Amino acid sequence: MTLRARGLALGYGGRRIIEGLDLDLGEAPMTAILGPNGCGKSTLLRALGRLMAPEAGRVTLDGEDIRRLDTKALARRMAILPQSPVAPEGISVGDLVRRGRLPWRGMLSPWRAEDQRACAEAMAAVELSELAGLPLDELSGGQRQRAWIALVLAQATPLLLLDEPTTFLDLSHQLDLLGLLRARGRERGLTVVSVLHDLNLAARFCDVLVLLGPRGLVARGEPSEVLTPAHLAAAFGLSAEVHPDPVTGAPMVIPR
Amino acid sequence: MKAVLGAALALLLVTAASLALGVRPIGPSDYLDMMLAFDPTNADHVALATVRLPRVLGAIIAGGALGVAGAVLQGITRNPLADPGLLGINAGAAFALLAGGALLGDLDQTRVAMLTFPGAALAALTVFGLAGGLRGDTGPMRLTLAGAALNALLLSLVTGAVLLRRESLDMMRFWVAGSLAPAGSRPLAEMALAAAAGAILALAIAPRIEALSFGHALARGLGIRPGRTQGMALAAVALTTGAAVAVAGPIAFLGLMVPPLARRLVGHRLRMELVTAFLLGGATLLLCDTLGRLVLAPAEVRVGVMTAVIGGPVFIWIARGLRPGAQA
Repeated sequence: MTLRARGLALGYGGRRIIEGLDLDLGEAPMTAILGPNGCGKSTLLRALGRLMAPEAGRVTLDGEDIRRLDTKALARRMAILPQSPVAPEGISVGDLVRRGRLPWRGMLSPWRAEDQRACAEAMAAVELSELAGLPLDELSGGQRQRAWIALVLAQATPLLLLDEPTTFLDLSHQLDLLGLLRARGRERGLTVVSVLHDLNLAARFCDVLVLLGPRGLVARGEPSEVLTPAHLAAAFGLSAEVHPDPVTGAPMVIPR
Repeated sequence: MKAVLGAALALLLVTAASLALGVRPIGPSDYLDMMLAFDPTNADHVALATVRLPRVLGAIIAGGALGVAGAVLQGITRNPLADPGLLGINAGAAFALLAGGALLGDLDQTRVAMLTFPGAALAALTVFGLAGGLRGDTGPMRLTLAGAALNALLLSLVTGAVLLRRESLDMMRFWVAGSLAPAGSRPLAEMALAAAAGAILALAIAPRIEALSFGHALARGLGIRPGRTQGMALAAVALTTGAAVAVAGPIAFLGLMVPPLARRLVGHRLRMELVTAFLLGGATLLLCDTLGRLVLAPAEVRVGVMTAVIGGPVFIWIARGLRPGAQA
């Protein structure tokens, strides 16, 4: 699964946010898109997930332009979870997750054992199996976020695009979620591209970081190549030191 | 599944009661007689075949169709206040019927009745366009306001027409509240077909409507084309609402009340909800009509008045349950 952007220009109504971006994703299991607020992280993710048409350039999945692919066929290969999705009032966790199976169902096909298995497995992965019957509105913010993750896991795609999946999660659930996604990458070849805010978590869990700044791409590559004082200054205007994390050895950003 | 069977049983019971109860009590044996050996000189047989039976069928068609229309609208808008009456779609269909009747003649002709479909479709497109639903998501507030605006506009047009014409009392009565009394003279078979077509379309695209209720972004990630799905959903709404208005006139609140009840019974599974909403919608409208025939007998309360009397409080109850800014 390789997702490529070539000469990508993105913007809203004449205001260009990203210009001439080339990006190869999907060779590593976990990629994080990082950068300051308003630099176009979510916009880039939306363009990669064909939710937004680029003003120039194109995005290809295994060589095919995603805008030419059938949307349902694409939904079997790539799932995208936007930043704050909305759910119908009173929907239960189980009914929410079921809807992730949509791309795999025909117009008249019944609910199959395979669909049931995928949903049960997705809910187990985010530890919500016991809460399947509860309305989403009654869950905590973190549980709700995990229910949405279960929905895209139930979609069973090899590629997953997540927009700030760790928002609303406490630290231990952030670690659980990123750990779960990385384990899926190792065991089943799942490729995850997510927009993240926390640089240190990203460095710890992701193989590749894409750092955007106010004027487009600042750096991309392994965490140790990307998280340097010079790059951080260019992206965030931040004066920081980078030291190895004493637990994992991953680069750790410490603002001065 | 149990809930669906329960709803079907409710519809059966109400149907039996409605067939039996009336100014003139009629037992099952009379129906059997009528079916097996219809006697055109027997006043009972004639009354059953031309008045009471069509009325029961009309109530099931119109009530079921409005239940389906409400469930589809609430699904695509994520708005528990979405209802063909409140959104002005009933009014669009009724307006087309009145305008067609005024231009072409008799109100009850099948040809004129067909005008309800473009009327409902145009109204649905207008309300969605005004509320921004074709571009993206509609909040409950914008959609309800757009519906109120369309209702007010069409009401003023009808009022203007009524004040100009002599036979206007009939027009006004038709406009203000639906009735099943003239069901025997309506094109029931054609409208049953149209309602069935709308319901089947809704069943076919139900999974896509479910995805759409997550908003356009996630829906597209799930492989949906939001515009196309909305278009098909609005076609289903126009077919069902048009059929209901052609049979019974504009009936408010039924499409509002029935789907939440169906969801309470079967959960957020739109296919089951549609079937349940059809059964419950038919049962509710038939119950309202039967009560309307009985409470002031031999005079009767129009069924549209009965549903509004029950539906008004339900509307307030649902609206009060909405959290501020809720995207239900």
